[in-house]
Amino acid sequence: MRIAMLRDPLPWSLAALLLLAFAMPLLKPLFAAAFPALARPLYEQDSFAALLLAHVLIVAASSAAAALVGTAAGIFVTRSAGREFRPLVETLVAIGQTVPPVAVLAIAVPLIGFGEWPALIALALYGLLPIVRATIAGIETVPQSALDAADGAGMTAAQRLARIELPLALPVLLAGLRTSVIINIGTAAIASTVGARTLGSPIIVGLSGFNTAYVIQGALVVGLLAIVTDQLFQRLGRHLGRWRLPA
Amino acid sequence: MIEFDGVGKSFGATRAIDALTLTIERGEFVVLIGPSGSGKSTLLKMINRLVEHDRGKIRFKGEEIRSFRPEEIRRRMGYAIQSIGLFPHWTVARNIATVPELLGWPAARIAARVDELLALLGMDPALYRRRYPHQLSGGQQQRVGVARALAADPEALLMDEPFGALDPVTRQTLQGELARIHRASGKTIVLVTHDIDEALRLATRIVLLDHGRIVQAGTPAQLLATPASAFVSDFIGRSDLGLKRLGLQTVAERLRAGEWVDGEALADTLSLREALSVFVERGVERLAVVDVQGRPVGALHFSDLLRRTG
Repeated sequence: MRIAMLRDPLPWSLAALLLLAFAMPLLKPLFAAAFPALARPLYEQDSFAALLLAHVLIVAASSAAAALVGTAAGIFVTRSAGREFRPLVETLVAIGQTVPPVAVLAIAVPLIGFGEWPALIALALYGLLPIVRATIAGIETVPQSALDAADGAGMTAAQRLARIELPLALPVLLAGLRTSVIINIGTAAIASTVGARTLGSPIIVGLSGFNTAYVIQGALVVGLLAIVTDQLFQRLGRHLGRWRLPA
Repeated sequence: MIEFDGVGKSFGATRAIDALTLTIERGEFVVLIGPSGSGKSTLLKMINRLVEHDRGKIRFKGEEIRSFRPEEIRRRMGYAIQSIGLFPHWTVARNIATVPELLGWPAARIAARVDELLALLGMDPALYRRRYPHQLSGGQQQRVGVARALAADPEALLMDEPFGALDPVTRQTLQGELARIHRASGKTIVLVTHDIDEALRLATRIVLLDHGRIVQAGTPAQLLATPASAFVSDFIGRSDLGLKRLGLQTVAERLRAGEWVDGEALADTLSLREALSVFVERGVERLAVVDVQGRPVGALHFSDLLRRTG
């Protein structure tokens, strides 16, 4: 039991993430030794804890919006009333995904200006596709026999959706959300080019100022954040799909 | 209980059901049978409005079914299907509780009903209540499917080839249990099958369909004794008609009371068909008969099997 706990990567990666976010200044001598040519070997315009918080908030807000809109769209096109819109919705989100995130940001700036908003909108649009796809795929995995039985038992369309279709689609839906959030964690780093304060700030500043130490510091924290998030999703997925497991 | 009055249904150009009239009385066990495409399943699904009819009227307890909301009429009738359709993310108990939950029964009443039904279908509630469908065998899953159909004590039970996907032994056991439930509860049951032996075994009335019309309707004995057409005798199976007739009667009905012979005895609840098999297997002409408690009640002669159905 104790060994199994030690083997679980989640506590380790979470500890590393928090340590880097709060104790990065302690590593200053290390970066100074590794990059002796740099006058400022540590990114100090913002604390990494504040950047991490801002990054998490911007990802959470954009992913929540993407999840809400994406799931609603996925549900709509799998209803009999919305079936004919399905090709249109699928094409739209696919086109959205082919536009590179930098381009979405570049288009957003002249329209809404610099700051957090263009970043939020670009990220939300960019995270839609995996969620819409997963919602449709998830609802399609629900066995026809279960749908027939739900109708025969006298469930209304709303009851069938809430009690049978969504719970059975949830594991696939969650996989889509996971992909979407992980993509957004990476893309949010680029969003600092339009003035949003994220963990991408040290990376962008480092790249433009030839400061490799800044780039490493930002990249380390973003990478760990992605790993921790991915494992949290994995755990949640296991919890939600526990009825599939053998007794 | 259920009346079809000149009912018709077309899918595109094909007429699935054609001007069909049929009345099902309370407490009947009606088996709808026919070849594939005969419309038997469509007819069943029209009763709880899973398929809407185009022409004619269908009445449930004297009221047109269109006067009910589809959900309401479905909750008043149990429904079991061949593919079972248990909800994989719900426990056995919650699956059985589907309709009572929709009807808003209090939790305690639901729990008591679930246990009662599991026991009725020979599954230990303490053992199975909390299991998930994938942890059950096919036969157990269909037992739960039948329990779910019975859960809200429905006024009628609609079953669409409920035992079609089960192995022969499990199928026979479940048929026996369904017959027992029908006798004990007096529920109106409408069952669809393509298996003539299942129909002969369970039905109080068989309705044989072909191309959306009733070819013949009657008790199993009537169908066997006076098939209305060559189609009926072909469908029942000409080659073992005699055996099927024997299958409808039990040893108790032909028994010579009071007579006693030596040797291993027959139970009087066996069908005459099974008795015939025992005669042939043992190579004897007379057999002793005992009742359920094992008390001798008489004897059966081989020649008794040859008497015409009375």
